Amino acid sequence: MSENILEVSNLRKYFDISGGIIGRKRHTVKAVDGVDLTVAKGETVGLVGESGCGKTTVGRTILKLYEPTAGSIIFEGEDITKYSQRKMKPLRAQMQMIFQDPYSSLNPRHTVGDIVAASFAIHKVTPEGGVKKTVQGLLERVGLNPEHINRFPHEFSGGQRQRIGIARAIALRPKLIIADEPVSALDVSIQAQVVNLLDDLQSEFGLSYLIVAHDLSVVQHISDRVVVMYLGKVMEVARTEDLFKSPHHPYTKALLSAVPIPDPTIERSRERITLVGDLPSPANPPTGCVFNTRCWKAQDICRNSVPAQRTVGTSTVACHFPE
Amino acid sequence: MSATTNLSSLSSQGNGATVELAQRSPRQIAWIRLKRNKVAMVSAGVALFFVAIAFLAPVITGLFHVDNTTLYLDRLKDGQPIGVAGGISWAHPFGIEPGAGRDLMALLLYGSRISFSIAIITAITYVGIGLVLGISAAYIGGALDSVIGRIADFLLSFPTTFMFVALSVPLTMRVEALGIAKDNGARIVVMVLILTVFSWPGFFRVVRSQVLSLREREFVLAASALGASRSRIIFKELLPNLWPLAIIYLSISLPGYLAAEAVFSFLGVGVQAPSSTWGLVLNDASSFWQRDPAYLAIPAGMVIVVVLSLNLLGDGLRDALDPKSDR
Ligand SMILES: Nc1ncnc2c1ncn2[C@@H]1O[C@H](COP(=O)(O)OP(=O)(O)OP(=O)(O)O)[C@@H](O)[C@H]1O
Ligand code: SF4
Ligand SMILES: [Mg+2]
Repeated sequence: MSENILEVSNLRKYFDISGGIIGRKRHTVKAVDGVDLTVAKGETVGLVGESGCGKTTVGRTILKLYEPTAGSIIFEGEDITKYSQRKMKPLRAQMQMIFQDPYSSLNPRHTVGDIVAASFAIHKVTPEGGVKKTVQGLLERVGLNPEHINRFPHEFSGGQRQRIGIARAIALRPKLIIADEPVSALDVSIQAQVVNLLDDLQSEFGLSYLIVAHDLSVVQHISDRVVVMYLGKVMEVARTEDLFKSPHHPYTKALLSAVPIPDPTIERSRERITLVGDLPSPANPPTGCVFNTRCWKAQDICRNSVPAQRTVGTSTVACHFPE
Repeated sequence: MSATTNLSSLSSQGNGATVELAQRSPRQIAWIRLKRNKVAMVSAGVALFFVAIAFLAPVITGLFHVDNTTLYLDRLKDGQPIGVAGGISWAHPFGIEPGAGRDLMALLLYGSRISFSIAIITAITYVGIGLVLGISAAYIGGALDSVIGRIADFLLSFPTTFMFVALSVPLTMRVEALGIAKDNGARIVVMVLILTVFSWPGFFRVVRSQVLSLREREFVLAASALGASRSRIIFKELLPNLWPLAIIYLSISLPGYLAAEAVFSFLGVGVQAPSSTWGLVLNDASSFWQRDPAYLAIPAGMVIVVVLSLNLLGDGLRDALDPKSDR
């Protein structure tokens, strides 16, 4: 048995888009194009990158909500890449998801009790002490009033709804939770509470997290390691402190330079990098290094050859000229 | 802090009513909204009344000691009912049919049974078909989706009334030849069949697009992530969100079918004598209207009242169930 609960290598997910009236002019969106990442037991890995770089697709493909195009997904030493939905079912109790949008992630016609208890019904298990008791315990655990078990989602605020989604995800005591921007839809004042709840649950249940976020301050607070993605590919993987202290990939540097630093002296003196141009289309990515259209260090080699992952200090960087 | 406090503190005008909105299921909220709509509630009462008297036709006619087959020829003179307003009397509250001499109340009551049956059976059938095909097309997709879609487009391109006139006679003969039903039974089967065949595509399209949008909602993905089967997702996640749509379509289509039955029977392609439906009575009455206006006015008034109240009820249900206002 390995130390890693999750090992993803060379994961690809391409979407075929059929354009035109009769679906002729097909093209392929390479939403995820060769991603490697690991999550160790009890670890929290942050997955960051601009909007549209494929973070959500990575999360959903790992959980086999999307069929992977290529690569391998190994969960607790078990290669689940080719598993059918039927074969996945028992594993679903062990790997769960928290969704971004607290409004669309809860069925408006189900009571909170039904929503949280869904996994018991689906997996035909009766928890110790009965379903109702357990659901009320879960609601209490995530900071909701257990008496509200018969209420409907529309009666709750965004933060409360996100807590309901968390209760649903932890109902079967999973080992791995993939959270897709769990707080980005919430008010800033509520974000910290939900992040702290995730933290508490992690130590209480020994959870491992893969947390997708584009807010770097959330990632800095919660992650042990960070994976930086750009246009379907991994640019840099590093321990959180190392990444924020000394980013090695030009793209990471650019991302970090956009985060305000509380200390005004540092904030004023540091160099700021503004990326020019838009994110290229994942249907037609640049050749060589995908970042070369926006990188200030780009050379000919960057346009001709894909940089291999290399180790710089404690980080892994995909760049010909790491900092 | 929940919506309860927000809602109740926001509005003082709805004393009780607004407080009620919290802690209610979406269905209860719709019911509360419907109850507040006076027009819809009165319409519902009227519609229910007519359905009830259709159901109780034998009991009611029994109370008056009349039936829909006896010919009260002693009440006619030269084929015209004796007395005011088409021969209205205590024994025959709606008067007598000119010519044959049957009791008009009994004709209309028994006629409404046929009319309502056709409308209700058609509505339930087409809504059922639309739901099943719409969910299948949107959720399973692929070739199935395009095949059903093409069929729906094809059917939608025909004018229903024209098709009915063209198809009713050969289809009725076919139904009789197959031994499914005879005479008016066969005509009723054909009427339901044709109305259903040309009605489901419209509803199918609405269901399909609704399921396509529901399917992208994260709660469906959440159910898959929990390991829910396809059938669980369809029945537990999607269907509960489609019921309001089904109820709206059911209720707004009923008056149309009542009217359609009347029109087809009026045109002579629907149910035929000696059975009676509202359309047949109207057809017959149209040839007597100068000498016996009450004979036309009574069934026409009934059709108008029922169709209008069903329409108003349908509107009320749509307002109450409108998915846009149930966030
Ligand atoms: N089901 C799909 N069909 C076709 N293309 C898709 C699909 N899902 C995602 N994509 C495309 O794949 C790319 C990556 O999308 P994804 O949602 O994974 O990005 P993201 O990093 O999560 O972005 P965001 O921060 O906006 O959530 C985008 O270009 C998107 O348009
Ligand atoms: S490989 Fe070249 S283009 Fe890509 S990030 Fe490094 S320097 Fe920039
Ligand atoms: Mg996303």
